[in-house]
Amino acid sequence: MRATFPHMGKLDMVMSDLFDRTGIGYIVPPRTTTKTLQLGVRYAPEFACLPLKVTIGNFIEALEAGADTLLMAGGVGPCRFGYYAQIQECVIKEAGYDFDMIILEPPGAGYRLFINTLKKLAPGKSILEIWQIIKIGFGKARVLDELEKYALKYRAYEVKRGDTTKAYKRALEIMRPAITADEIAQAREEAFLVLEAVEKDMQRPCLKMGIIGEFYVLLEPFVNFDIEEYLGNMGVSLERSVYLTDWIGPSKENPIMGISDKEVAQAAKPYLNHFVGGEGLPSVGHTVIYAKEGFDGVLHLFPFTCMPDIIAKSILPQISRDFDLPTLSLVIDEQTGKAGVITRLEAFIDLLANKRKQKEFGKSPVLVG
Amino acid sequence: MCATIGVPQALLYYKYYPQWEAFLKGLGAEIVVSSATTKRTINAGTSLAENELCLPVKVFFGHLVELRNQVDALFVPRVVSVENGAYTCPKFLGLPDLARSIDSSLPSVLDPTFNRRLGRKKFYEALLDFGKHFTNKKYRILRAWMMGLSAQRVFQRKLESGLTPVEAIANAEVQTYKGNLKIGIAGHPYNIYDSYINLNLIKRLREWGVDVATTEMIPQRTLEHEASYLPKRLFWSYEKEVVGSVFHWLRNKSVDGIIYVLSFACGPDSLIQVLLESEAKRRGSLPLMSLVIDEHSGEAGMITRVEAFVDMLRWRKV
Ligand code: SF4
Ligand code: SF4
Repeated sequence: MRATFPHMGKLDMVMSDLFDRTGIGYIVPPRTTTKTLQLGVRYAPEFACLPLKVTIGNFIEALEAGADTLLMAGGVGPCRFGYYAQIQECVIKEAGYDFDMIILEPPGAGYRLFINTLKKLAPGKSILEIWQIIKIGFGKARVLDELEKYALKYRAYEVKRGDTTKAYKRALEIMRPAITADEIAQAREEAFLVLEAVEKDMQRPCLKMGIIGEFYVLLEPFVNFDIEEYLGNMGVSLERSVYLTDWIGPSKENPIMGISDKEVAQAAKPYLNHFVGGEGLPSVGHTVIYAKEGFDGVLHLFPFTCMPDIIAKSILPQISRDFDLPTLSLVIDEQTGKAGVITRLEAFIDLLANKRKQKEFGKSPVLVG
Repeated sequence: MCATIGVPQALLYYKYYPQWEAFLKGLGAEIVVSSATTKRTINAGTSLAENELCLPVKVFFGHLVELRNQVDALFVPRVVSVENGAYTCPKFLGLPDLARSIDSSLPSVLDPTFNRRLGRKKFYEALLDFGKHFTNKKYRILRAWMMGLSAQRVFQRKLESGLTPVEAIANAEVQTYKGNLKIGIAGHPYNIYDSYINLNLIKRLREWGVDVATTEMIPQRTLEHEASYLPKRLFWSYEKEVVGSVFHWLRNKSVDGIIYVLSFACGPDSLIQVLLESEAKRRGSLPLMSLVIDEHSGEAGMITRVEAFVDMLRWRKV
């Protein structure tokens, strides 16, 4: 078997690590590029949400590179993600490719099915062994998220532009070879030392921005134009509503992001009183939380036609009014260009900076850029 | 306590109005239904809605606005789930919140939650909670609900006898059309029966001598059974019905061709379109045409396409 999977941020690192542990053959799809997107657009249904298009592109490129088994997560709705795998299979087969598809449905869709799928992915291993692999692999993935969170927050304060990005990449490389729990713990320490060693000016008055929205667009730098690095370089300190392990993990506590599902729903309640699939409710809830914590602004990203986050977008203006919190919703599709996104971000940052200046009248002006 | 309740003639109106009407009347409410969609409805809705929303939700907003000065409250149920293990569309899960978000001058929104996934007990608790807006007498609420259910059963029978929801709600008689061609129309009821947004599709077809069958006219059991041929059970109940009807026609060929009506920017439609088109191709039994409607769909272009499709079917028959 030569399995493959779609890209989504650091997912390839996590998956490679897991596959190495289970011992099955795999191919990491070529990194997502414009060509990937074009392939996806060609075969995917026209009105499908962007993640479906890009992941179809990933799969086709991986098949071209020699993969024979596609691994995809399932779901139980109500957002489209839960039916992605079936559509991918249908569309890619119609495009003339031959492959097996393994769909990992969440345990909620049937425990038996879940276990059986896992056994396919780890041939010859007992349930206990599989459980241990997942536990330790997932623990390692969490560390990657912790590192990312740190970089998002502190990049804005670095003295020399680019240092944090460099250090973050090194930190990930330090983590990569760690296998046992001890090694992971040790690598974690080392990795954090590298990030912490970046010289920072904590007196610098940086803007504080929350990033919310649809998980795929938030987690995949190719489709969000590496917006987070850009913002960090512009002197904006970031907090994000979704992290990879919070999203795939079964816990409702979201240990990386630090706010539980319950708190999020509570915060959203006056504006959105029910989950609506995807990140609709979290997007609304986090905006309220960020507003209460005194953030300067909230940036909202989601793919065109995304159902849950268009609901959030419809609701954000009320929160913005009630808390006097500027928000910017950016809708992303295959036609979105980086230049347009940057222009709108620049204007948004200016707005936030001016607002901050007015609030802190008399204090030193905000440094931007 | 609420006196006059506004029911927008949009979205799930086409599925549940008889039930809602009997239920609300049983609770002692007066009902005002917004009038059929017009250009004005769409303009009003579009100007308030976020651009990326699907057309049916924009139309829905237009109907809310029309009711603004006529009622004490708007009836916007949160229909989360109508059966075990499935949902409706995310937009329906958030519909009352969307309604509240558009315009602060709207009357208050009454939003009973209908969620079959929570089990009977929770379902009835939610129902009684909602009923308190009208009466404190539990039995009155339950009786009103029962009246609603039986009205819905009558409605369902009428649909299965060949009436469209609009005809059934208007108490029309079943008419036999003697067309020489039959077309199955599948899609969301608010796209198929809102004659303004689909350019009077059904009436036009009948005028051209085409008999029309729709998703709603097929018994639920059949729909459910046909949809079970999908590679994975669909977790959207209404789309499952759409898929079920198309699969049904493809298999038994009781129609000569199928028109699948979908709205631009509709999430579920974007995926089931793939399933329907690939199944039609695989079976090769009947022609299927997907007809996308949005607020800019040019009248001429759409009618020409339907005409060409009808011609093709006629030609195919001889
Ligand atoms: S969250 Fe939105 S973009 Fe993502 S899969 Fe669901 S509908 Fe598509
Ligand atoms: S099913 Fe489609 S058209 Fe209907 S509300 Fe949902 S997104 Fe809109």
